[in-house]
Amino acid sequence: MTAPFELSDDSVVVIIGTGAGGGVLANELAQKGVSVVALEAGGRHEPQDFINDEWDSFGQLAWLDPRTTSGDWRVAKDFSGLPAWIVKSVGGTTQHWAGASLRFQDHEWKARTSYGDVEGASLLDWPINAAEMDPWYTMAEDKLGVTRTGDRPGLPGNNNYKVFEAGAKALGYKDVHTGRMAINSDENRDRSMCQQTGFCFQGCKWGAKWSAGYVDIPQGEATGNLEVRSQSHVARILHNDTGKVTGVEYFDKDGNLQMQKARIVCVAGNSFESPRLLLNSASSMFPNGLANSSDQVGRNYMRHMTGSVYAVFDKPVKMWRGTTMAGIIQDESRHDPSRGFVGGYELETLALGLPFMAAFLDPGAWGREFTTALDHYENMAGMWIVGEDMPQATNRVTLNSDVKDQHGLPVANVHFSDHANDIAMRNHAYQQGQAVYEAVGATRTFPTPPYPSTHNLGTNRMSERPEDGVVNKWGQTHDIENLFVSDGSQFTTGAAENPTLTIVALAIRQADHIASEMSAGSL
Amino acid sequence: MSDMNGPKGLTRRQLLSRASAAGASFVVGAGFVAAPNGAWAMETAVLKPQTMATLVQMARDIYPHDQVGDEFYVIAVKGYDTDAAAGGIEEGVAKLNAAAKAAGHDSYLAAGWERDRVDILRGMEDDPFFQQIRGGLVTGLYNQKAVWPIFGYEGASYEFGGYIERGFNDINWL
Repeated sequence: MTAPFELSDDSVVVIIGTGAGGGVLANELAQKGVSVVALEAGGRHEPQDFINDEWDSFGQLAWLDPRTTSGDWRVAKDFSGLPAWIVKSVGGTTQHWAGASLRFQDHEWKARTSYGDVEGASLLDWPINAAEMDPWYTMAEDKLGVTRTGDRPGLPGNNNYKVFEAGAKALGYKDVHTGRMAINSDENRDRSMCQQTGFCFQGCKWGAKWSAGYVDIPQGEATGNLEVRSQSHVARILHNDTGKVTGVEYFDKDGNLQMQKARIVCVAGNSFESPRLLLNSASSMFPNGLANSSDQVGRNYMRHMTGSVYAVFDKPVKMWRGTTMAGIIQDESRHDPSRGFVGGYELETLALGLPFMAAFLDPGAWGREFTTALDHYENMAGMWIVGEDMPQATNRVTLNSDVKDQHGLPVANVHFSDHANDIAMRNHAYQQGQAVYEAVGATRTFPTPPYPSTHNLGTNRMSERPEDGVVNKWGQTHDIENLFVSDGSQFTTGAAENPTLTIVALAIRQADHIASEMSAGSL
Repeated sequence: MSDMNGPKGLTRRQLLSRASAAGASFVVGAGFVAAPNGAWAMETAVLKPQTMATLVQMARDIYPHDQVGDEFYVIAVKGYDTDAAAGGIEEGVAKLNAAAKAAGHDSYLAAGWERDRVDILRGMEDDPFFQQIRGGLVTGLYNQKAVWPIFGYEGASYEFGGYIERGFNDINWL
């Protein structure tokens, strides 16, 4: 069913990356009859290929090409070559994601207006709003099969959730449930029902969790309009002397450089690779990189304000059993500056296996303070904190020409330092998270530092005015009309919610826009 | 030394271990290290046996779990017993022993209290040798499947049908 397109076919839309943005966009365009070539740096991994083993799975799926880090974030010290825990595979990080599918709150679409002028932050309002996004969110929820939306029931709570819920209620939190998850909660759907296996981060072997890799990509391929070339790493986007893009150069699976022509190019390589590619595509006409007349490519990198809280109890919890993240407290997600910061955060259940707990509980720590925590691994409960972080122009992805990847291309350096608002919010969240567990008898709690980032956002941000950002409200670059950005790097601000649902909703909306502009002959 | 037979036999560069608790100190002979109770023994290929014994003690002092037998710490560090790694390790352990001497002990192993050995380690916490050993242990120790049950961790569950009928929500003390 795969549609082979010629390298010289300049009628195709080339999509770079097949994750939540690119994978969905590829399917949606293919469904509308548009010819698509999707180039994906990673290989194909189907549910049966996934591994219920944290490090083995990490070796199978994680993006391990070199990257460098700088800034005062602790990740730069503890995991200097691994700023992100994201995936190199057809389906991208939707293979790994936990499945939490939350809509932005209305005020988060206009962060600059809602929060005012926050010193040191480069806040903007999005050029789109909640009402405009509502139907696209509904389509995204239906596509992903999000629980607690439509007629889909919630997932049952596992042990980790029960501890979390009991603590939350004891503390007086009201908005507490097993989450809105892109994990099938009943028998009567296209995908299998969740079998409470755990290992959601390692790829769902049941296919109960939505992934672009084994849901959208095969659907798109079945139309005959989508060709996915895996293990194809795009090196450069090409343009003509009128400044329109004309195709891409990529290294194929054998390491040979190929050139694919294109009518439209959509970049969806995530918030590191997308700006890196635009910067690596610099030319005499665009010496600062493509679509970078604003100098905003790579800037305003956001990673969410994150952290975790683990707690030890005097009795077993066995938190690793069951869905990794089906539990949420939403009461703190509101904007309420009386807490000492703008924006809000979500608390979500999270479990790590013993191997990753050893690596991430307190990276670099050793001795009995550390090991006595692990001694009680069976009695541990855990939650993850995810909140809105402030965009800062100086937090940015740049090219590091001193370090080259396997293709000889300069790698991305990821520079990040927390904003004072991020720190105040994290401290508040640590306190609340620890209180949740103490309310149900925790004997010890651990305010655990952020892991390598999974939510990477903002490095090609959407803006009303061309001088403030890289793309317009359709994800179309301000500078080049047939060049689009289709991943989380479009995010103007990060909001408090896990970003995948919004990336998917934007991709569905973008597909609709591109297809109609193509029919109208304006693209 | 290849005919040094333990209860299960011993081959060159191979760890012999039983899943029983090992003693905290070592019988050290020419070319091999063993637990006093015979729970495990190891013939070193490149490293001095004394160096291997020191490494094992160092590993336990960095990540002490009293319920985890020495044999698991041995597995976690035996990868350093190669031509490529041994030079740096001998150098590092010599540094460790020098620090122990400066603190008034005959050697690192001769420091009887964990507290004293930990003080020595704290003093060289930023040393690349210490960081190499500590960093290697994060996976070398905790990613041993045989260690997981000691901590209650159950590992892979897909092949058992997940936990939907095996206690994903069986907590009974809340």
